[in-house]
Amino acid sequence: MIARLVAALNRRSVRLSLLVLGFAFSFIVPATGILDEYVQLVLMYIGINIILAVSLNLVNGYMGEFSVGHAGFMAVGAYVSSLLTVVAFPAGSGPWLFPLAVLAGGTGAALIGLVVAFPSFKTRGDYLAIVTLAFLMIVKSGIENINFLGGPRGFLGMEKLTTLPWVFFWTALSIWAIRNLVYSRFGRGILSIREDEIAAELSGVDTRRVKIIAFVVSSFFAGVGGALFAHLLQFINPRVFDIIKSTDILIMVYLGGVGSLGGSILGAVIYTFLLEVLRPLGIWRMVLMPLVLVFLMIYRPKGIMGLREFSWFVPSRDLFGARRWRKEREEANGPS
Amino acid sequence: MIYVLQQLLNALQLGSIYALIALGYTMVYGILTMINFAHGDLFMVGSFLCFLCVALLGLPFIPTLMLSMVGTAFLGVTIERLAYKPLRQAPRVSAIITALGVGLFLENFTLAINPYPKHIPNFVPTTTWVIGNISISSLQIIIIALSLALMILLDLIVRRTMVGMAMRAISFDKTVVPLMGVPVDFVISVTFAIGTSLGGVAGVLYAVAYPVIDPYMGIMVGWKAFISAVVGGIGNIRGAMIGAYILGSVEILVVAFFPSTYRDFVAFALLLVLLIFRPYGVLGKPMVQKV
Amino acid sequence: MGLLEIEHITQWFGGLLALADFNLSLEARELVAIIGPNGAGKTTVFNVVTGVYRPKGGSIAIDGRHVVGLAPNRITSLGIARTFQNVRLFKDLSVLDNVRIAGYGQAGYGPMAALFQGGLCKQEENTIVEKSMELLSLFHLDASADELARNLPYGLQRRLEIARALATRPRILLLDEPAAGMNPGEVGQLIELIGWVQKAFDVAILLIEHQMQLVMNLCERIIVLDFGKTIAEGKPDEIRSNKRVLEAYLGEDQVT
Repeated sequence: MIARLVAALNRRSVRLSLLVLGFAFSFIVPATGILDEYVQLVLMYIGINIILAVSLNLVNGYMGEFSVGHAGFMAVGAYVSSLLTVVAFPAGSGPWLFPLAVLAGGTGAALIGLVVAFPSFKTRGDYLAIVTLAFLMIVKSGIENINFLGGPRGFLGMEKLTTLPWVFFWTALSIWAIRNLVYSRFGRGILSIREDEIAAELSGVDTRRVKIIAFVVSSFFAGVGGALFAHLLQFINPRVFDIIKSTDILIMVYLGGVGSLGGSILGAVIYTFLLEVLRPLGIWRMVLMPLVLVFLMIYRPKGIMGLREFSWFVPSRDLFGARRWRKEREEANGPS
Repeated sequence: MIYVLQQLLNALQLGSIYALIALGYTMVYGILTMINFAHGDLFMVGSFLCFLCVALLGLPFIPTLMLSMVGTAFLGVTIERLAYKPLRQAPRVSAIITALGVGLFLENFTLAINPYPKHIPNFVPTTTWVIGNISISSLQIIIIALSLALMILLDLIVRRTMVGMAMRAISFDKTVVPLMGVPVDFVISVTFAIGTSLGGVAGVLYAVAYPVIDPYMGIMVGWKAFISAVVGGIGNIRGAMIGAYILGSVEILVVAFFPSTYRDFVAFALLLVLLIFRPYGVLGKPMVQKV
Repeated sequence: MGLLEIEHITQWFGGLLALADFNLSLEARELVAIIGPNGAGKTTVFNVVTGVYRPKGGSIAIDGRHVVGLAPNRITSLGIARTFQNVRLFKDLSVLDNVRIAGYGQAGYGPMAALFQGGLCKQEENTIVEKSMELLSLFHLDASADELARNLPYGLQRRLEIARALATRPRILLLDEPAAGMNPGEVGQLIELIGWVQKAFDVAILLIEHQMQLVMNLCERIIVLDFGKTIAEGKPDEIRSNKRVLEAYLGEDQVT
């Protein structure tokens, strides 16, 4: 009993202390300049990519679809948040109202995600992939044709509101929220759709509602990633959010391991890191990187983590629930 | 009216090129249930091989066409053996991601050794005829006629030859067919060879029609050809052709009547609408799930 | 008014008439079997009742409530659950998770509570684990709760499927060829299991089966289908000696 309590406490305290440490670190680094600006920039990109990969994994990994439109949701988040901070918010209020802009970006993206959910009721697999592709193209084309968004020339004027602490906060929040969803009845519903949609329906899962939740949550966080991205780069144009960007996010998810939060995080970190490390190679970096990817896919087709998950992300109820129940029953029955 | 007919001709031209590429997608999908996302980039390689033949070797049309076809076919089969074959038992998505990787590799490799877009000198003698008020160029005739001829040839191969029958058999049941003595690996290689060489032809024809080529040209064209294949019913050869002409027509007609920046927007919106009414494509059949 | 009232159901698949004017009335706690040669339309009955297919004509009522046209998960929540001819478990999920899926309809918290791990969410999740483990232990599957469903031996997979169906607390249980692929010893165990399930869970059971040993020993009433039509209905002894039934199974020449 005591041992069990200690073990549970250990897990929770380790997780919590890491979070606190990380958060403190994210403040200390920019203030003291321990790591130079370039490294800080890379860290922020890693954080944003983690948010993008983890959110895409919800639809592609846990629900087993093949959505290629994630960059489109990112674009909505980027533009909505940028419009707010540049045009709507009073001057100088940027740093205070930034979280609102990010939330608004996420919400805008979530609304588009809601629309994409409806075709998913009847369509699955490759046909749904096309639908998501069409949405991506429509969003991109749409932005190109709206003049006050800058059209193809792009939109600029954003302050560099994205800081390391903010990135850390939003990354931690995304991972936490999505992890909570995955281990709830809706998360199990999402998994059951991947495994066998008809059996899921017949077991009482409201697949329509679950699909809507999956798409909305996934696109919300993509929008958050887009908002952070826009206020880091300080300039966005539709070309940034095209199929290549979606492909980048797809690679991060599948490289790391589908259906595994730890996998997406790993995939995002490795991909971003590799791209930076190979920068001295110039154009040849983009020749080598795909080769590395192909190589990795052939030798670890399920991704680095496969379908397994870091036990830190799994709630005790899922890790130990069965064992605990059996133990309690043994104790209740008394020594026989 | 004349304007529309003129545009229809352009649509046939564009559709033919999309069709040749879409066929490659659909053939590979039919036999391996795999979306070869590197296919668009193989089309691009075809264009660059054409450039090599014409600008550096000074070859005329037919040898250029032949060399490009053989070159892309060879590349396609090599990619299949090296990158896709090991993943035949793996989850489908792994093969798709690998294909994306191969595509990225081809794009950036071409970019690395050749940073600037290339212009292909005119190597096909062109004449223009004017019938009524419509002008038809011999280029358009060549593109449309050659494409149609190849499509008919492909249809014949698939329906009338042993190899074609093997292809169709494998697309129905991959596990049982080898037990019947069919050399599956060989048939798959043939499928890739044919599919990719058609993409190579498309590359040459594209270079003839729109003489500036760059390493990233395969991306958009590739995705559009993929959409054509899906719109027509993925895995269905005739569907791929129909889908390609639908997409080509939609694109050309949209540009004819709307500002050109709206082209992609309207085209994709219409495609979406079509998929809503025919969720499995024009000729596609839903996979009936036995419950 | 029976628990399950199926009236005048007609179902076409393309040009094939799968069910012609099918009728069935099921009372609480009854155990009825549907038998017939392959392709007779038996599984189609299950599919129509659970909402997988929408019948061309006829009506279905569960406890007086009409269900034709409702989504399958709504129909399940009205108290009907089923197993499948080919086991359709969630293969890459654990045994416990397979049963917990059914807990979806039993919990009351919404997506916001799920995202932020609200108190209600935690409480209800713990309840679901409790209830699921209890159910699994009744089926002697609690020891393999953390095992992946695909790793279970075939017989246990079938048992798990029945357990999962019962997790939705149905009043009507549809079993589609539960004895498929079992040897006579296993069939004997299954007979005991089904009998126990009927009493312990207070369910009416509708059974599709080919194994006559199981059907004759368990069922109070049997309906015989052939080419979508009901050719006989009655007690096991009546059916056993029914000429039309024998013809349908063995062919006309064999019987005379």
